Amino acid sequence: MHLILFFLFAGFCLAGAINLLLQTHPINSALSLIVVMTSLAVLYLLLGAEFLAIAQIIVYSGAVMVLFTFVVMLLNAGREERTLGSRAASRIGFPAVVALFAILATILLHVQGLGAAHLGEGLSNAPGQSNLELLSQVLFHELLLPFEVTSVLILIAILGAVALAHVEGSKIPESERVAQK
Amino acid sequence: MTPVHDIYRILPEVIFALTGVAIMLIDASLPPSWPRRPLGWVAAIGTTIALWASLWQLSLPEGTGFFSTVETSAFTVFFHVLICGIVLVALLLSLDALPEDTHHQGEFYALIVFGAVGMCLLTGAVELLVAFIALEISSISTYILAGWRKHTGRGPEAAIKYFLLGSFATAFLLYGIALVFGATGTTQIYQIAQLAPAAQNQSLIIAALALMLVGILFKVSAAPFHVWTPDVYEGAPSPVVALLSTAPKAAAFALLLRVVYEMFPNLHYLWAPLLWIVAVLSMTVGNLAALRQQNVKRMLAYSAIAHAGYLLAAFAGIGEIGIAAAAFYIAAYAAMNVGIFAVVTLVAGYDEQLSLIDDYRGLVYRSPLLGSLLIFFLISLIGIPFTGGFFGKFYSFSAAVGGGAIWLAVIGLLNSGLAAAYYLRLVVVAAQRPLLDSSSDASADSAFAAAPRPAVGAAVIAAVFLAVAATLVLGIIPGATLDAAQSAAHTLQAPPQTTVPAVADPAPPAR
Repeated sequence: MHLILFFLFAGFCLAGAINLLLQTHPINSALSLIVVMTSLAVLYLLLGAEFLAIAQIIVYSGAVMVLFTFVVMLLNAGREERTLGSRAASRIGFPAVVALFAILATILLHVQGLGAAHLGEGLSNAPGQSNLELLSQVLFHELLLPFEVTSVLILIAILGAVALAHVEGSKIPESERVAQK
Repeated sequence: MTPVHDIYRILPEVIFALTGVAIMLIDASLPPSWPRRPLGWVAAIGTTIALWASLWQLSLPEGTGFFSTVETSAFTVFFHVLICGIVLVALLLSLDALPEDTHHQGEFYALIVFGAVGMCLLTGAVELLVAFIALEISSISTYILAGWRKHTGRGPEAAIKYFLLGSFATAFLLYGIALVFGATGTTQIYQIAQLAPAAQNQSLIIAALALMLVGILFKVSAAPFHVWTPDVYEGAPSPVVALLSTAPKAAAFALLLRVVYEMFPNLHYLWAPLLWIVAVLSMTVGNLAALRQQNVKRMLAYSAIAHAGYLLAAFAGIGEIGIAAAAFYIAAYAAMNVGIFAVVTLVAGYDEQLSLIDDYRGLVYRSPLLGSLLIFFLISLIGIPFTGGFFGKFYSFSAAVGGGAIWLAVIGLLNSGLAAAYYLRLVVVAAQRPLLDSSSDASADSAFAAAPRPAVGAAVIAAVFLAVAATLVLGIIPGATLDAAQSAAHTLQAPPQTTVPAVADPAPPAR
């Protein structure tokens, strides 16, 4: 049962990812990304990482993808144009990606000492403890500093969005623009 | 030994973050019509305090904080002081170089200061996740700063290219970190160093090392990961280039030193030849491409690639000698590169109407001070004695020879000769007397006079003075900085468990 689910969703995930690359329309690509994200969530669930699975659905399939499609729709992005450069890039790029993943896959397949995954059970290294407990232990204890520093990262992203996207009316000073509103 | 409170371990970063928040709050509460320039002074003062805080960290016992995620040692202090110095000079330069009507000046200064949080944290991180987030902070702030001239076509192009390629490279680094975690079960650098030699899956660790090297070498713009450099340097405003060509690079080199010398010292047989190849490629590609450039900033971008190559030559050195040479080279490179971009800013202005080499014709006669500064920094970039560039190259190549990589040093020396050609071309052009009877030169003269140029104020004088002083000090009395670099190298090599008390009074780096 678990194995069938695994193969089903792993297949969905791969198909979605390949479709994402092949589509020329951004909205189609964005929609196939949803398939990828959701199938990944099922795979996490099968491996016993239930919190990660839920977070994946809420954050990625939900929030991030809605934002993504909104941006694509708002920009009214049309079909991707094929230029000489993009054709050359795809000719070289696809074999390069295949080669890179072949190397990585060979290395990963030859790794020793990794036990078989147990589908549909809890985490094997910490039986009886919930994901949430383990995660919060790591996040608010050992990795407290990176967790806190991420706030600076988000702050920078907001600052950048304001600075780059905020349109100033040619040379009108800010005071007048505020007055106009 | 009394335990050190965790907060002292990240004191400079905390000061930077507080300064950034203060700038944002003041910016929001000032009336819109008020000038935003004083915010730059707030940033500069905060940076100076952070610099003193970094130096003060030398008095702390060496060790880690926050559950072994950050470290303070002579190594981190060396790079903290270097980065604070670069940020300070870049801020002082921006203070005078940014035109009055530049958009979002408050955000500009805040981004520089927040970027410094990431760069400083990167040098102190002994946990790969902290290093990753710190690298992202420093990268994202520089992506944004690179596109600050929105009204030009090149600004956004630079930002987008830098962002896309940079994110791609970061993905490699992250993949590498994931594989290391898969092989050893930890992301703490000391633990990895202990577990990695005995780990079952050497192939996994080697793949991880390769992927992480790709990510880091992109950030230091070493060939063949250098393609973004010329476009970004050309499109970004010159004061920003002064920052992004030095400070994030210094931080990324600190991470590279940590990864190769501290995390995977046992894989020396693998990364040493890899870095050998990258060093030779960077030098040669950078110098050959620089020869053909007409645009000054593009030429300097290729020269920066070549300098990354000279720096990587130091990695052929054995242990502490190599680390010390690399650290010294970073300091020397930062001093002269910030200086030359300061001069470019002053010559070409924020909007850069004079961007070609030919536009610099007769600079010495039009503005003797600027002309001689330009020639001074170019001489340092060539590596002529009595400048920082000479000792940087000297230590780097002698470290390579000491490590047995004689051919690397020979190729480096040949490349230095090649590089002299394009630096000297700019020197000759700048020193040529403008022919006033020729109509083209007369028009060039008037173009030079008409180009909007930043008003030379106290800030920019201080910035240029700091860069000149640092370059000279590193070239005439390199001893103090070299001592600091050596004690830094020593702490990077020291085993993590033994807590060596901090060296009594290592001379602070010149900057």
